[in-house]
Amino acid sequence: MMDHQPAKILVLKSGWLTTVQDLGRYGYQHYGVSVSGAMDSFSTIVANRLVGNPDQAAVLELTLKGPELRFERDTVVAITGADLSPSINGHNVPMWESLAIQRGQHLSFGMPHAGARAYLALAGGVEAPLVLGSRSTHYASKTGGLHGAPLKPGDILYSGTVRPFVTQQIGRRLPVPLRPRYEHSVTLRITPGPQQNVFGNEAPTTLTGTTYTVSPQSDRMGYRLAGSKLVRKGPAEFVSDGTSMGALQVPSDGQPILLMADRQTTGGYPKIAVVISVDLPFAAQLAPGDRIAFAPCTVAHAHTLLRAHRAQLDADLPPCDSRSQLIPPLNHRHESF
Amino acid sequence: MSPPPHVRRRTRTSPETFRLLSLGDSAVTIEFGNAINPESNARVIAFAQMVSEQGWNGILDIVPSYRSVTLHFDPLQWDAAALTKKLKTLPWEHSPQADPQGLVHEIPVLYGGEWGPDLEEVATFAGLQVAEVIALHTAMPYRVYMLGFSPGFPYLGLVPEQLAIPRRATPRTMVPAGSVGIADRQTGIYPTATPGGWQLIGRTPIPLYRTASHTPFLLKPGDLVRFTPIERDEFDRLSHLNRHENA
Repeated sequence: MMDHQPAKILVLKSGWLTTVQDLGRYGYQHYGVSVSGAMDSFSTIVANRLVGNPDQAAVLELTLKGPELRFERDTVVAITGADLSPSINGHNVPMWESLAIQRGQHLSFGMPHAGARAYLALAGGVEAPLVLGSRSTHYASKTGGLHGAPLKPGDILYSGTVRPFVTQQIGRRLPVPLRPRYEHSVTLRITPGPQQNVFGNEAPTTLTGTTYTVSPQSDRMGYRLAGSKLVRKGPAEFVSDGTSMGALQVPSDGQPILLMADRQTTGGYPKIAVVISVDLPFAAQLAPGDRIAFAPCTVAHAHTLLRAHRAQLDADLPPCDSRSQLIPPLNHRHESF
Repeated sequence: MSPPPHVRRRTRTSPETFRLLSLGDSAVTIEFGNAINPESNARVIAFAQMVSEQGWNGILDIVPSYRSVTLHFDPLQWDAAALTKKLKTLPWEHSPQADPQGLVHEIPVLYGGEWGPDLEEVATFAGLQVAEVIALHTAMPYRVYMLGFSPGFPYLGLVPEQLAIPRRATPRTMVPAGSVGIADRQTGIYPTATPGGWQLIGRTPIPLYRTASHTPFLLKPGDLVRFTPIERDEFDRLSHLNRHENA
């Protein structure tokens, strides 16, 4: 019989890089605090909705090689994102739907079949202290999550308060047409970046006309890409300004870096283009060796695509919390300048 | 004597003095001026403050840098066109003309030795005695142009030309918390232990980032920082005091 106690989970194996993440630490970038948060926000939102959580509840982000977890209490979970071959006590379990895990059972992972990052949501959300308004782990600054660090063997995880009737969530699933397919070659759509004009006239064509490979020097901060060189017009000097997730910044070697969740808040390299929001969850699923083609897009079209995509998700898998607003208004979160 | 009218106008924030730069579908950068100077940065901070005061729903972050402000917004609630339109309705004519409303912070620094391993190198670069470098570095207050790099890291400037030593060719894999460094015309303080490439000249015992505190960050953009040299015993006393306060 499923009770409503918070989940308690023992970490037996940590996996390659398993961190607590939510939708990010907004409101403190002007103090130099990175946003961090889940690399793939779509999979995070879906995982949360499947177990009856608000979208911004904390989840575990699993990277390529998942952890092994022992559940000390009956728990409702959902696994989304990359297919890292999840199994309970050795039996394969489906993704993109909510599952019941019984007390004493082991959840483990095997070969990565598609994508790079999987998300594990627990009913009640993963419990961790709120640091500057978020539970996200930014390990470079040792902020958030469990002591600012990825999971390690021996860690114990708890969920937050589990709402009654959580078992009614079991078997809830994301309709198949909405499930993303992850390939080793993707097309990411881009809009022009703030410093596009410092590059030679041929640079945008170079960017969209050739493919780039995700290099091994890639992590949650950003992906170093290898491909055709993007040449600047002249030896201009650049003054640091704000960065965003999906921005393609180009150091003097001409090889772009795709900035991701753990990026620094500001950067001194010119940004030639920015990947559109609706495509970022696909960028999040890339691993070293995967290939990217960039395709031009307008900002207006990017908004149309994002809103249509979200509307479809909301229709098929509505938010579990009437508070549709993800993040409280800015002026309630921190003192002003 | 008051400056001529055209000079005064240039220090005021107005819709005519900024450039909008697209940063994707969920952020926009508003750029003021081309150079790093206190006037451009004052406009930046006044603008950031003005937008912050509006309390607009769905504006997720307002990030001032040397000469621009990046606004991050929820793309389901805003787009750049709507935001631009809204920005034009702001009370520009009432915005603070310039500086400085920021606080002045006195930051004690133990210069040289293991606390500032690059001080000698900076002196050689500048062709000065170590004591002269310290005197020059502490001679005037620095403006907090922006924070970035790591939580609470201030970019302070401008450092006297003579001390403007470039970054180290190979960054250190770990710079201790409190380290004071120089990189070109900038000086800064590492609030937490991180990798870093700035030339380290000293260390402060004053914490810049206290996670557990209700006000975690000591400095904000637009503040002024004045470094004062201290001796080892004072450094130890203040270090002990701050550890005690944090406990």
